[in-house]
Amino acid sequence: MTPLGGPLPRAVQVSARGWGWRHAGRRAFAARHLDLELTPGERVLLLGASGAGKSTVLHALAGVLGSNDEGEQEGDLLLDGVPPAAARGRAGLVLQDPESQVVLARVGDEVAFAAENLAMPRDEIWRRVHRALDDVGLDLPLDHPTTALSGGQKQRLALASVLAMEPGLLLLDEPTANLDPDGVLEVRDAVIRVLDRTRATLVVVEHRVAVWADVVDRLIVLDADGGVLADGAPGQVLVQEATRSRLEQAGVWVPGRRPAVGGAVPTSAGGEVLLAATGLDVARTKRGPVAVAGLDLTVRAGQALGITGPNGAGKSTAALTLGGLLRPRAGSVRAVPALTGTAGDDPFRWRSTELVQRIGTVFQEPEHQFLTASVGEELAVGPARVGGAQAPGRIAELAERLRLTHLLQANPFTLSGGEKRRLSVATMLATAPRILILDEPTFGQDALTWAELVTLLRELVDDGVAVLSVTHDAEFIDALGGATLHVSGGAGTLVHR
Amino acid sequence: MSTDYLTPVLTGKTLLRANPVSKLFAATVITLALMASIDWVSAAVVLTCELVLMPLLGISVLALARRIWPLLVAALIGAYGTALLADKTGGVVLDVGPFLFTEDSVASGIAVGLRGLALALPGIFVLLTTDPTDLADALAQKLHLPHRFVLGGLASLRLAGLLVEQWETLGLARHARGVGSGGSVGARTRNLLGQSFGLIVQAIRRATRLATAMEARGFGGGTRTWARESSFSALDAVVAAVGLLIAAGAVTAAVLAGTWNFILS
Repeated sequence: MTPLGGPLPRAVQVSARGWGWRHAGRRAFAARHLDLELTPGERVLLLGASGAGKSTVLHALAGVLGSNDEGEQEGDLLLDGVPPAAARGRAGLVLQDPESQVVLARVGDEVAFAAENLAMPRDEIWRRVHRALDDVGLDLPLDHPTTALSGGQKQRLALASVLAMEPGLLLLDEPTANLDPDGVLEVRDAVIRVLDRTRATLVVVEHRVAVWADVVDRLIVLDADGGVLADGAPGQVLVQEATRSRLEQAGVWVPGRRPAVGGAVPTSAGGEVLLAATGLDVARTKRGPVAVAGLDLTVRAGQALGITGPNGAGKSTAALTLGGLLRPRAGSVRAVPALTGTAGDDPFRWRSTELVQRIGTVFQEPEHQFLTASVGEELAVGPARVGGAQAPGRIAELAERLRLTHLLQANPFTLSGGEKRRLSVATMLATAPRILILDEPTFGQDALTWAELVTLLRELVDDGVAVLSVTHDAEFIDALGGATLHVSGGAGTLVHR
Repeated sequence: MSTDYLTPVLTGKTLLRANPVSKLFAATVITLALMASIDWVSAAVVLTCELVLMPLLGISVLALARRIWPLLVAALIGAYGTALLADKTGGVVLDVGPFLFTEDSVASGIAVGLRGLALALPGIFVLLTTDPTDLADALAQKLHLPHRFVLGGLASLRLAGLLVEQWETLGLARHARGVGSGGSVGARTRNLLGQSFGLIVQAIRRATRLATAMEARGFGGGTRTWARESSFSALDAVVAAVGLLIAAGAVTAAVLAGTWNFILS
């Protein structure tokens, strides 16, 4: 393969005619009836409800949907007149999860990987590596280990890695969903810099419209039933009232609109103390470094506590330690008799069945906590483990409240992102713990799921449950009220409101 | 905690500069020479040479022992077991109840222990002084192994390191759901199986995502170039020659001493 002509890659023209894709073994099409023309150099934000097929379209454009045994295609999808699979290296795809995209051990090799795959000469590879790292603003030695990077840096590395192909079409699949606010801007600004230089065509998928609305010149909204719901300049699409409300119904974060949330911000200063941490040092591993030192705080019934701070500051470690899952390195976490009941006062020493009735912890990745093959069984596991007479009514009520009733037979792993999140919260509530801990509950969630979560958590707080949330989401913390623990630089500062 | 197999702590400045292929060659001929015969002379010669070369690892004996202690224990157990079970000929060294050691059985035990250690050390030398990425470069460029195989292996090494972290996270996540460790042996076994299954599911999903990311970067095409050239230097000739010398020395010494005991004869 010869290097692309000229100093800049040619921007790609995209055309879809009646295009659709059905994954093998699925009845419904993931995307269907798509008719689109993107002119070279156009910057497009692709929106749609979860399940509308946004990622499928991106993967198809990247040519990684697979062959005919992996699914069925209808219509045409062409990059510069050829199918994506035949245009290797013309489209570069960056995925959502920073962790699952790193292939190699060193930063330089990681960026060189794509250019090597395209069989570039050695001089050209290194020229591209330097230019790509420069473009994304990663000023690191070439032998810097890829493990020693922040989330934002990893995403910029992923961006640099596809830039080494000098793609004419840049495809970004929720590239900032897992990042803290600084990381979001870091990655977005790198993308803008890259586009300003390369003039490549851009298609980005993202729930949060505000991040990209000023960068793109076209908004395309996919309809969950196939086809396109709205298409036009952001200013144009976002001011049409009918489109705005349809976007909101689809769970898209429309700028200037807050999702409709039930209930009010809880204002109670909190009831009795349930858990007290004194001089607490937390660490992820037995011998590893201390993440946060000298924490003093109390967890009160009926109060929300937000734990914030940059990626990697030790927020989750602090929360897991408070939740009795990690052993405190120093200091103590003690539960009051009202919470302990028949168990001891050290949550870390509680047996699993004792823990699950007292403190529920919802992990960031819902899949880590799924134990069974159906939603119904999943909800019943906790109560069954605890034993005793648990009213089956409670499970039905929970399913109803979290809109899971129609999914009781479904396999938890096949649910959408929002459904998985709702299920993971519901499973924890099934054993009625008095403290609920959530690790990044709103990561990558659409506006509908966000609003449902906030509504539910407000009710819980009003009912006297202590809700601890590790989150970057300032709006989420505002919506729940209560206190905030800001973790950074190895220390925590408590802010009451 | 994630174990980073892709960027291990490497030691020994000189051997680090040698091409992985020459190191593999030296280790292979030494191992072949040792495997060809079960006798204490060849094992002792190889082990002596390895101990003489130990400073090349640039790591203290204590630090080395800390990293390879399971091998030392295994060699000791092998030696003890052989001394206990080998033919009881020669003078009695120790006779306490069922424990009978004779001169010959003790000699066999020592030979087995030495041989085990001597066999393990060449691998240790390669492992401690070779960066996996360099190894992949060398295997693909010098030995012309298929690049899909080599890079796939390299990528899986990174995923294997993440499994440790995943396992711990899964354990915590399950504990939080009320299915932690504890309870009867049956409950523990069920829990362990459940967690293992969860790990497999997560590993497959992660591997699938990584494969997509690799494919999206043009991986899997016919021809491929390499950003870094894997090259041989004079040092590699020395490494290979030393390997051959040690192997030949061990065989010669054993034959001359009359202990050579070819396994296929």
